[in-house]
This record gives sequence, C-alpha cells and structure tokens, in this order.
Amino acid sequence: MKNQYSIFSLIKNAFSYHENWAKAWGDPEPKKEYDILIIGGGGHGLATAYYLAKKHNIKNIAVLEKGWIGGGNTGRNTTIIRSNYLWDASAGLYDHALKIWEGLSQELNYNVMFSQRGVMNLAHNLQDVRDLKRRTHANRLNGIDAVYLNTEEVKKFCPIINTSPDIRYPVLGGTLQKRAGTARHDAVAWGYARGADEMGVDIIQNCEVKGIKRNGDTVEGVDTTKGFIKTKKIGVVAAGHSSVIANMAGLRLPLESKPLQALVSEPVKPIIDTVVMSNAVHAYVSQSDKGELVIGAGTDDYVSYSQKGSHDIVEGTLNAILELYPIFSRMRMLRQWGGIVDICPDASPIISKTSVKGLYFNCGWGTGGFKATPGSGDLFAHTIANDEPHKLNAAFNLNRFVSGDLVDEHGAAAVAH
Amino acid sequence: MKKNFRVKRSKHIDETYKISFKFNGKLYYGFKGDTLASALLANDIHLVGRSFKYHRPRGIMTAGSEEPNAIVQLHNNSPWTEPNVRATEVEIYEGLEASSQNCWPSVNFDIGGINNFLSPLLPAGFYYKTFMWPASFWEKYEYFIRKSAGLGKSPTKPDPDIYEHRYIHCDVLVIGAGISGIISAKTAAKNGFKTLLVDEKPYLGGSTIYQNSEYFKINNQNSGSWLEKEINEIKKIENLEIKTRTSVAAYHGYNYLLAKENLTDHLPIERRKNKTRHKLLKIRAKKVVTATGSIERPLIFDNNDRPGILLSSAIKKYADLFGVACGKKNIFFTNNDSAYETTISLIQKGINVEAIVDNREEVDSKLIYEVEKNNIKIFKGHTIVNTYGYKRINKISIMQLSKDGHNVIGSKIDLSCDCLGISGGWTPAVHLFTQSGGKLKFRDEDQVFIPNIYPSDQISVGACNGDLTLDSILVNVPKSLKDFLNIKNNVYENFDVLSSHNNSKRNIWLLPSDKVLGKTNSFVDYQNDATAKDIKLALREGFKSIEHVKRYTTTGMGTDQGKLGNMHALGIISETSEAKMGELGTTTFRPPYTPLTFGTIVGRNVGEYFDAYRKTPIHEWHVKNRAKFENVGQWKRAWYYPKNNENMFQAVQRESKAARESAGILDASTLGKIDIQGADASEFLNRIYTNAWSKLQIGKCRYGLMLNEDGMVYDDGVTTRLGENHYLMTTTTGGAANVLGKLEDYLQTEWPELDVYLTSVTDHLATISVCGPNSKKIISEIFPSLDLSDKNFPHMSFKKTKIGKIHCRIMRISFTGEQSYEINVQANFGKSVWEKCMEVGKNYNITPYGTETMHLLRAEKGFIIVGQDTDATMTPIDLQMDWIVSKKKYDFIGKRSLYRSDTIREDRKQLVGLLTDNPNEILEEGSQIVSDINKSPIEMLGHVTSSYFSPNLKKSIALGVVKGGKNMLGQKLIIPMENKKINVTVTDPVFLDKENKRLNA
Amino acid sequence: MFLINCPFCGDREQSEFKAGGEAHIVRPKQPTELSDDEWAEYLFMRKNIKGVQFERWNHVHGCRKWFNVVRDTSNDQIKAVYKMGEKPPT
Repeated sequence: MKNQYSIFSLIKNAFSYHENWAKAWGDPEPKKEYDILIIGGGGHGLATAYYLAKKHNIKNIAVLEKGWIGGGNTGRNTTIIRSNYLWDASAGLYDHALKIWEGLSQELNYNVMFSQRGVMNLAHNLQDVRDLKRRTHANRLNGIDAVYLNTEEVKKFCPIINTSPDIRYPVLGGTLQKRAGTARHDAVAWGYARGADEMGVDIIQNCEVKGIKRNGDTVEGVDTTKGFIKTKKIGVVAAGHSSVIANMAGLRLPLESKPLQALVSEPVKPIIDTVVMSNAVHAYVSQSDKGELVIGAGTDDYVSYSQKGSHDIVEGTLNAILELYPIFSRMRMLRQWGGIVDICPDASPIISKTSVKGLYFNCGWGTGGFKATPGSGDLFAHTIANDEPHKLNAAFNLNRFVSGDLVDEHGAAAVAH
Repeated sequence: MKKNFRVKRSKHIDETYKISFKFNGKLYYGFKGDTLASALLANDIHLVGRSFKYHRPRGIMTAGSEEPNAIVQLHNNSPWTEPNVRATEVEIYEGLEASSQNCWPSVNFDIGGINNFLSPLLPAGFYYKTFMWPASFWEKYEYFIRKSAGLGKSPTKPDPDIYEHRYIHCDVLVIGAGISGIISAKTAAKNGFKTLLVDEKPYLGGSTIYQNSEYFKINNQNSGSWLEKEINEIKKIENLEIKTRTSVAAYHGYNYLLAKENLTDHLPIERRKNKTRHKLLKIRAKKVVTATGSIERPLIFDNNDRPGILLSSAIKKYADLFGVACGKKNIFFTNNDSAYETTISLIQKGINVEAIVDNREEVDSKLIYEVEKNNIKIFKGHTIVNTYGYKRINKISIMQLSKDGHNVIGSKIDLSCDCLGISGGWTPAVHLFTQSGGKLKFRDEDQVFIPNIYPSDQISVGACNGDLTLDSILVNVPKSLKDFLNIKNNVYENFDVLSSHNNSKRNIWLLPSDKVLGKTNSFVDYQNDATAKDIKLALREGFKSIEHVKRYTTTGMGTDQGKLGNMHALGIISETSEAKMGELGTTTFRPPYTPLTFGTIVGRNVGEYFDAYRKTPIHEWHVKNRAKFENVGQWKRAWYYPKNNENMFQAVQRESKAARESAGILDASTLGKIDIQGADASEFLNRIYTNAWSKLQIGKCRYGLMLNEDGMVYDDGVTTRLGENHYLMTTTTGGAANVLGKLEDYLQTEWPELDVYLTSVTDHLATISVCGPNSKKIISEIFPSLDLSDKNFPHMSFKKTKIGKIHCRIMRISFTGEQSYEINVQANFGKSVWEKCMEVGKNYNITPYGTETMHLLRAEKGFIIVGQDTDATMTPIDLQMDWIVSKKKYDFIGKRSLYRSDTIREDRKQLVGLLTDNPNEILEEGSQIVSDINKSPIEMLGHVTSSYFSPNLKKSIALGVVKGGKNMLGQKLIIPMENKKINVTVTDPVFLDKENKRLNA
Repeated sequence: MFLINCPFCGDREQSEFKAGGEAHIVRPKQPTELSDDEWAEYLFMRKNIKGVQFERWNHVHGCRKWFNVVRDTSNDQIKAVYKMGEKPPT
C-alpha cells in the first residue's frame, strides 16, 4: 500500500510537514478498452468498482464521473444508516450493508466515521403505531435489532423531544435501532476511491458519458467527452441521472427524478446524540461531529434536475422540527441545498440486469441510498461479474414492475431519509 | 471606561446616550449606535473568541456580516440565548450580555489551546487517517471530538419570541442601500415603479455615507454629504418602501426572494415582549436590482489571524462611523490603494499610523502622496512574513518581495504595532446573483468574478458588478438602469466626480515567506482554521476539484461561508495546479446569504398553528362529554367516551355491548362525501369502482371498492343514487381529498367526454349514525311520518325527509352489522340533530361510541378498514372480496393489473380471521404470523392487522393477512412475540352473524 | 419556487399547484388486450427527461383544473402552458 493511514503515519509525516503524502487516487486518462465500465463516481459506483476488483478479481475497470467523485447525492445526503426495513427483501439488503459498515473503516483503512448512535422513528397516530410495531416484529424475526419504545422511553432516549400530549401530533411511541447511525459521507466516496485505485481501477473524473453504443442487444462501449471507450459490460450507477443514461441505451425505466433538500444549522456543542426521524410530520434530524444539526426535508413532487427545490418544503420541514424540538427555534440555518433523487413507484431500488446484454442498472434508491452504499456496491459487483443477481438483490429486479411483485416500502420510506 | 479609544465625535453615534452591557460577565459601556464590536473596540478589547479547531485566540476582523472570528453567545442560559452571533452585527442595547464561545474555562485561558501546539499532527483531513484502532473505540474518540467541536451552545428553553411572514409583490426590488442601491431605488421609483429597497444595516448609505474625504467628491460635495441629501430625498417618495435591518437571505428562481426583517433584536429584552422579533419577507419581484457591494479581501501570510488584525476597511468604518480607534500604533499591509484611504481617515481623526507595508512597487496615486506628506513610512515592494503577540498583535516582521513576487529577499525588519489593517483588494458580493442561478465570468485584470449571464429579470449594479470605484459606479449604474428599466429619462446624468483611487493592485494569493510553507500558519478560512498548507496538502493528495478541496479542508464551511477566504483558496488552487481561475469555477454559494433563524422561517406555523384542526359540527358535544380524541389526518375524531374513570378497554367494551344490545350513536361526519352529477355519472362510477353501477336503482345504496391503476385497494365507501343522474359518494376519512383529486384527474384528462360534475360536500354535511336493535325505534320517534318498514325502507336504501324544517337524508346502511341509520343534515344543524337523537335515545340507553368501538364492531363482522387491514399491496382478491370485482365489466381502474403474473398467484397474502387458543389473549396489532418457529431463517407468512377483545363474542378476535390464507381455514399458526409465542387458528374473517340477521332484527 | 401561468387563472405561486408527471401518456383503450410488458410500460415506465419535458400540472388550490406545462427540467424554466386536449406547442 502506498500510504497506510494511522496515527503513526500522521506523526511521521508531521516531521516532513505533511509534504510526502501520496495521492489518494490517481488522475489517469481513459484507456481504449476496459473489461467493465462503471458510469457514475458516487459512493455506490466506487464501491461497485472496489468490490469487482477485490472480490471478483477484475482489475481492468474504469469509473467514469462527469464531475467530481462523490459530488452527487453521496455528498448531499443526511448520512442516515439503518436497516429496520419492513419487507424481508429490503431487510436483507440493508442489513447486509449495515454489517459491512460495521467494519468499513478498517477494511478501507479510511475512517468513514460510522457512528452507531441509534436511529429512532416516531409514531404520531394510531396507524403509525401499528405500522411501526409491525415493522419492529418483522425486524426482530429477521435478526435486526429494532425495539419498540413507548413515549416515556422515547423521551428518555432523546430528552429534547417535545413529548407533551398537547402538541398537534403527539408522540405516541417509536422504534429504535441501536446499530443504526450516521457516517461521514465524503469519506465513503474517498475511501472506496482510494481502495479501488490501489487495486488498479481507473477513476476518471470530468468525463461525461454522451452515448452508449450497442451492437444489437449487446453493449459495445460508450462515447464520452474524453472519446470512445470500448467495453463488454457497463454498470450504470448514475442516481438522479439514471434515466438519462437509460435513454442513451434506448431504454425506459420506472423512475422519476425529483428534488430532495437538506439543510444544516450553525454548529453548536452536542445537544442531540441520536438520529430521530418522523414520517408523519416530515422531519428528521441528527447532529454531525462538527456540531451542525443535519436536517432532511422531503421531496418536491415534480421532475427536476436543477438541484433546487421549493422553499415550501424547507419551511414545512422546519415547522415540524420546531413542533418536536421547540428549543431549536433560535438556532440558525447555515446552508441549504438540493439533490436529485431517482424514485421507483414502490420506493425500493433496482439492482438488475436489463434487456440489453452487458448493461446493468443500479438505481432507484430514492431518498435513502446512502445507507446501502457498501451493500449495494457488493451486490451490484456480484451481479455484473456473474451476470446473475445475488440472492440478496434478486427481488430488486426490473421485471417486478411487469409481474407486479413490487417491494412496497412506502411505509418505511414515505419521507426522505 | 478605563481606556478610551473613542476619538473625535462621529455624527452616527449618540454620545449622550450611554448604554451598559456585559461581556464575559464584566460591565462595559458604549453609546447608542454602537455594535457590540465597536463598543468592545472602544474598550480596547480585541480578543473575543477562539477558533474552531486549534482554539487560537481570535479578535474582531471586520465590521459586517462577513465576520468569521468575533462570534459570541448572547444571554447564555436564558430563553433569549443565541449562539454564534457576530459581534459586528449586534447593535448594543441596555442589558446586553455576550460571552465568548468555544473556550474553557475562559477566552483568556482556554484548555483547548493545546490543539494549537498539536496542530502539526492535525492537518486537513487528519481524522480520515486515524481513530480507527481499535475499531470499537471510535465511539470514544468521537465523544471527545464532538465535545471539542461545535461553537456556541444550543438554546435549551422554548423561544419566547414570535415571528411572522409577509408576502410582498413589487415591480422593482433593490437589494443594498449603498450608493448604487440608492441611485437605483430613486431611478426606479421616480419612473413609476413600485419599489422596495432593503439593506441589512440599521442605516442607509453603505460605506459612502461615512466617506468624509476631500479625495472623493460628487458635484463638488464630498460623497458622504451628497449621498445624505439623496437619502433624505428618497425617503419622501411615495411608491418607494425602504426597509433597514433587512437582509436578503435567499434568491430563488423566478425572482422569488426571502428576506429577514429584524424588528426587535436591537431593543432591550424587556421591550421585546409581545412584539414580532423577525418578519420573513417573501418577495416576488418583477425586476431585481442587486447592489450588494463588495467585501474587502484579507491577505494570506504567516500568522495572519491574531487579535488586532482587521480588514483595512473595517478600521476605517470603526473610525469614521463609530468614532473608534482600533489601535494606537496602527500599521497597514496592502496590495492596493484602499489602506491609504483608511490611513487618511485616521490621520484626520488624529489616530496614529506607524507605517504602511505595500506589496506594490512605485505607484502614482494621489492618496499615497497625501500619506507621504504626513511623514508616514511606506515600505513599498514589501510583504509581512510573520506577526507576533498571542492574544493581541504586538509586532510584525516584513521583508522585501522579489520582482516576480514569488520570494522574499533581503533582511527582516521588525515593526511594533497594536493593530494591523490588511487589504487585499475587493471581492464583488455575487452570492445572491449566483444563488439565483446566474453564471459568473472571471475578470483577469483585478482577479474578480463578476456577473455574466442573468437567469431572470435582474441586474447587478455597482461594486457587486465589478464597479469598484466611485467614478465607475456613477458612470455605469445610471447607464445600466436606463436599459434595464427601459426608461427614457435618467434621474442622474452628468456627474462631476472626483475619485482619487489608483486602480492598480498587486494580487498575490499566498504571500511568500522566509519559512517553508509547512511551518507557517497562513489562514485562508479563519473560523475553521484552514490554512494555505492544508489546501496544498489536499491538492497533493489528489483532491483536484474546488469542491473536493473545500470539503477536505473545510474551507468556506464556517458560519461565514467563506466570505473572506474562498477567493484565496481558489487562487491557491489555481496557482498550484496551474489551472485558470475562470475555468476552476467557484464553489456553489448556498442559501442563505447569512444564517437564518429557524423561528423566522417557521413564522406563526408553530403550536396550534402547526397544522389545521378539522373538527366536526358535533365536536363541542364530544368535548363536553369528555371524549378522548384520535388524530385521523387533520381531523379530530372522538376515540372513546370514558365514564367514571374507565380506561380505554373498559369504555370500549361498554360502548360495543350497548351498540349491539340496544343502541349506539357515532359521529361519522369526517367521512369524505362527494356529490356526483351528470348524464354520465353511472358510467363514471362503473369505471372507477370494481363493481357495476348502471343497474343501481334510485334511492338505493351500494358499497364500492376503488383500486389504484396498479390493482391495489385505494379506498372504499358507500355510494347512494339520489336521482337518475345524481349520486352521493362517501370515502374514507383520510382518503377524501386524494379520492376527489384522483376522480377529477381521470375526468379531466382521460375521459373529458363524460358529462360528470364533482363537488366535495364533506364539510357541508353532518353525518350521524344510529345503530343497534333499537335504532329503528329511535329513528321513528324522531321522524314519526317516515315509514321505516323493511319493505318501504330496506337495508341499503335511502329516504329524504325532514325534522321540522330541516332537510335530512337518511341512509339505511351499516358498518357494524347492526340495523343502522345514517342521518345526513346540513352541517350547522348537526349538533342539534345529534342532541335530539340523544334525547330520544335516552330511553334506549343510546350510547355514543367513538372510532375504537366502531373498529371493534366492524371487525366482529369482518369488514375491512382501508389502510389498516390493507397496505398498498392488497388486491380485492387478496381481501377475499372477489364478489365485488365485476367479471362482466370490460374495464375499470386497476382491472388490468389484477391479472399480472404475480398478482394472480394463489400464495399471495390473503385476509383471514384469527382466533387465539386462549380466548382471553389479545393479539398485538402488527405482530407477525409464522407456521414454523424452528425454521431458520424464520418465514413470516403475514401479520395481524386488527385485534380486539369482543364483548359480544366474549373472546379475542383478530384479522390478519396470511400467505395462502384462504386455503388455511382451521390451520394452527404461531404469533412469535419477544417473550412468548401465541397459538392461533385461521378462521373466516366474519366472526358474528354470518347470515346478516341482525341487519333486519 | 416557480410562478406557473395557469391557463384559467393566470400567474400563480407554485405552492397552489400539484405536479402530475409526464404528459400525453394515454390510458390504453383496451387494457385487457395488452401483455404484462405493455401494461407495465403504461403504468410505470417514464421518460424522466432532463431538458424540455411535457408534463401535467393541477391547480389544486385554485381552479382545480388540470393542464399541460412545457418545462426545462434542467433549470426549471417554463416554456409554455396549454390546456388539456390542446395541441402541444412545438
């Protein structure tokens, strides 16, 4: 390894004023041909390349990124990681990811700051209570560490929540997954990029894909702003832009790309030590290591690639935040931004082969893809390498929209998370 | 005051009005007109806070909203507390209490200062490289990281203040009331445009208003006096609204802007009561003129962050506007003429300037000649290589610059000082412009980004458009406005301007030092402690994009969002990576421009106004009779009516028994009601419901199930045929709005040829349901003339009648399985009809019941509740409701989806009844159902959707969905709970009165 | 936040409207004749265009009329609005 990261390497480099650190990843020009091209240099794409190289021993891979790696939803999300999903297929997928998260910093030799500070989901009406209990029972039987909390237990775990019965939508209970938490989003992209680069993967930034070349039903390569690149297999991990790439290959996907906004407050000393989500009143909040309150808003209902959403959504979210945390009224919003999320009709992702041979899609993560990054990369790598899905992502195929076997996670994913 | 740094009287400060305030617990005085920063400086206090990462002592650096360092906590531990407030923006008031942040135990002695000595170990991104071993220790490392991060402290008490929103529509919005903004506002208003002028400061006139120099004149008056007259004039213009203390936070598309008007933050706390603190202005402007000025750039050199180092323009403002000297031995370091302008101001006021260090060689400038006349030593072609003084600057070292500016030469000269003013030229404030979607271009000659492509009807004028001198402003602003506003006559023409600036600037992003870069602390982002060497480290490690560098080094991520240092970061990247500035682009300026209080954004949408309460016309009666309420959507529905300290279980058992044994009464007004009329009304219902409607007789009712186009159950309810072409549809309470929306969608877009009209009448009607064996008697007493015989008024039919003069519709329909009548009356008679029912029903022990009892009663009959017994994955076939799915109809919404390969599978989850082996054991709704508990992984077959103890059947009953359930009647299944397993038997979902005898009993 | 020119009411705030997705997807006249694949195309598959898109909007908090909008989804600029049944502008 070019640079093993550790406290010792930091001390050693301090003596040379940190002037001898090697590049975390290179800046190569594209080769004429690769075995596999990954379109999209976000967390999922880089993780896919990393696991293809590591577990499937395919090294002649390039990741094509039109901007800078990790610049899309990877660097724009609120970093919540959990696996307390309702359906078996989802629970399997997200818990697979969660298990990888638990050792990821060590595996990548890059501190992704996975912080298992717990994620709490609140119930505000009787149907919420039924749904959350249903989910908790399912989680328990699937080996996922979720428990149901009554209002007093919610208050005990996060004392700053307003649990008064007199508020508009009182907190009637909640669930808690203790293994869940947050991670440092940029570090995930950077850690995977460094790891993939180390194994010989070419990470090519500022390289936009302009077309996909097919020979009949088989892919042949891609046209990019850096010229034509030949390949036999293409893995598309382009999030909000998945449909754009699909259109290049002559496909339509069951996706709509919508604005999703988030915001942070100015940094303050620790005040909230867990992640709290509320679907019913549309609010979720955590506090970053830097001290900012990280708050996620909901999606707008129209298609947009502008990375901007409407102010009403932000206002609605903060209304809900102050309903649950009146003490934050004098806190200030420091930054607000938007991302583009690709949403499937059933709020579950697609990790699938397509009707075009050699063309694979990993998309539809909607508002909650960050948490799945390592699992998604691992399973997509498996799917591409074997031309067959792994059993954990078999349910997330494209055919489900034809046969009607949807994995409806709206209950678990009704708001952005 | 022990030391007085107040100099010659400033007309902007009222020295007759003394104000006392506390800083770090100590009492000080200032004057009316002071900011906290100017008052502290007048008391010779520079050390205000500690930096984020290294806890270095930091002082006041600017005099405006760009301040990175002087941020304080106001009113610690009180409900009025606020963290991270810029001392440069706080107007002092009697009783103000401010304290330093991010230091312990005090700003003078801060334990965290040890980080400064560890700083060689803490370069950019160090945390990505360590804290990984042992893995389980991250939690512990993180605890300390979190504790030392953050700046101020979050409030811990509810906010005592109130906030409001105001919508403003105007022809022209002018942002910024400096000289360019004043000219713009006057031009627009005088030409008949309804104009709004806003400025973040409490006064108008920007930095020109305190310009009192012979070197800057307009029409032979000094520029400050000229502008003052203009301001007095525009205040009289009727169609011009002027708002001070109003900062534009966000500039969205379509000229939609958000501004915060600050109304009470400058008042003593006791005078804020019952007043609105902030007003969020939601402005929709036809045209926008951005005149936000420019921000002075610092210079980047070793130890450029000490208390006592200020921007040159800030020193000028403190002297000219506030009458405060920032030091007694001032030195300036500059790359342009601005520091000379400040020096001349200081000389005028008798403030001592020791020397000026100018990185330029010889420059032909009137301002320089004036300074030289005053015998102030100027070190031309020099740079600062270091500064000294831990908590206050006391000395600088300078050296000569090489011709190319890359190196220092010669020997070091030390100069002592107590204040250093720095000027790196000016950066146009293009933040709002870029937020709006505008594209910038880079101007090479003075290395600034200026607006290039406008995305909406807007213009940037003055310094924010790159016109950085008085003469260029006065020439270009009127000219641009003429085009932009499309006006014939300019209000301003032919100025006689004297502007003595020489425009030359020697731009060196990172000044050279005699030390290796690795040994320097040249701060680019002061608040976040990001240094030039951090940026270079990021580049070395392969972070190429400006966004990567920003994120890796945290440059520009502080509460000032890098208003001072972002350009330098870009410059250093450009130089190091040999990329052109214009091609690198800037990082995105994200809203808000300055941080915006959550309460301001939320306005009045808190507490009872968080969301509308929908109440039925009978609500008051329920309250009076001590009902407990349940939230269903926005509705408040009576949940149960406890009597004599009953708990919910007891109340529901009583209510349920009464309804079946004698009579119950339910307020069903929340059910959605849609009036459907038109020649094609029957055909319309045929298309939207799964069953057939054409043959329904007038006066009859029918239950309908509505699907989504994907075949899943969407809503249900009873629809009554009131006339040949007239129906009244009922929907679920929560689904009403969506159903109406969906029906309108199909009608307007898919089937515009249908003659159908839809009207929501949910709020127009009160619905009272009287059920039970004695319901007929009660109804007949209320409506004595109505023939209630089963023949004349059978189940699933309706009658029109009256109570006195009140028109009523009565539907004989049942959701409980009992004989049951639903009275629909105009909403405002709802309560009196309800009371009438109660009065008449007294003899029959009529018992009001809430939603919980309603749920129990219908479960006894196996009736579903959409949303409880269904989720978005249940078809009517899954619900064993095949009977309602017409085989004959060619099409209806959702039909095709029922026949897809996975929706016709036999092993889908189907609705069944569940009975526990122990009849007293009540299942938990949501619990999962399995057949084999030993299988691994355990296979979940479904879950319990509804569960109750039935007082009428004297046992626990439940509904659930189970894979292949319809073929499992009589089969034993298991409900595995956390600490036990419960055995159940699959049954038919109808538990009571399968033959429907009670409907006619 | 956009300003949408409702063809029935004029310029109104976006918050008065609801988006209805891609326009001109006609509900098949004879769904039963379609294969599962063809039905899925109608039901779920969308162009999801980056660029100029024809889409449906509903003035839900106003006149409640549905109409069509031509909007560039890359920058949210609205190019045209037209009523249901009218020919799309070219």
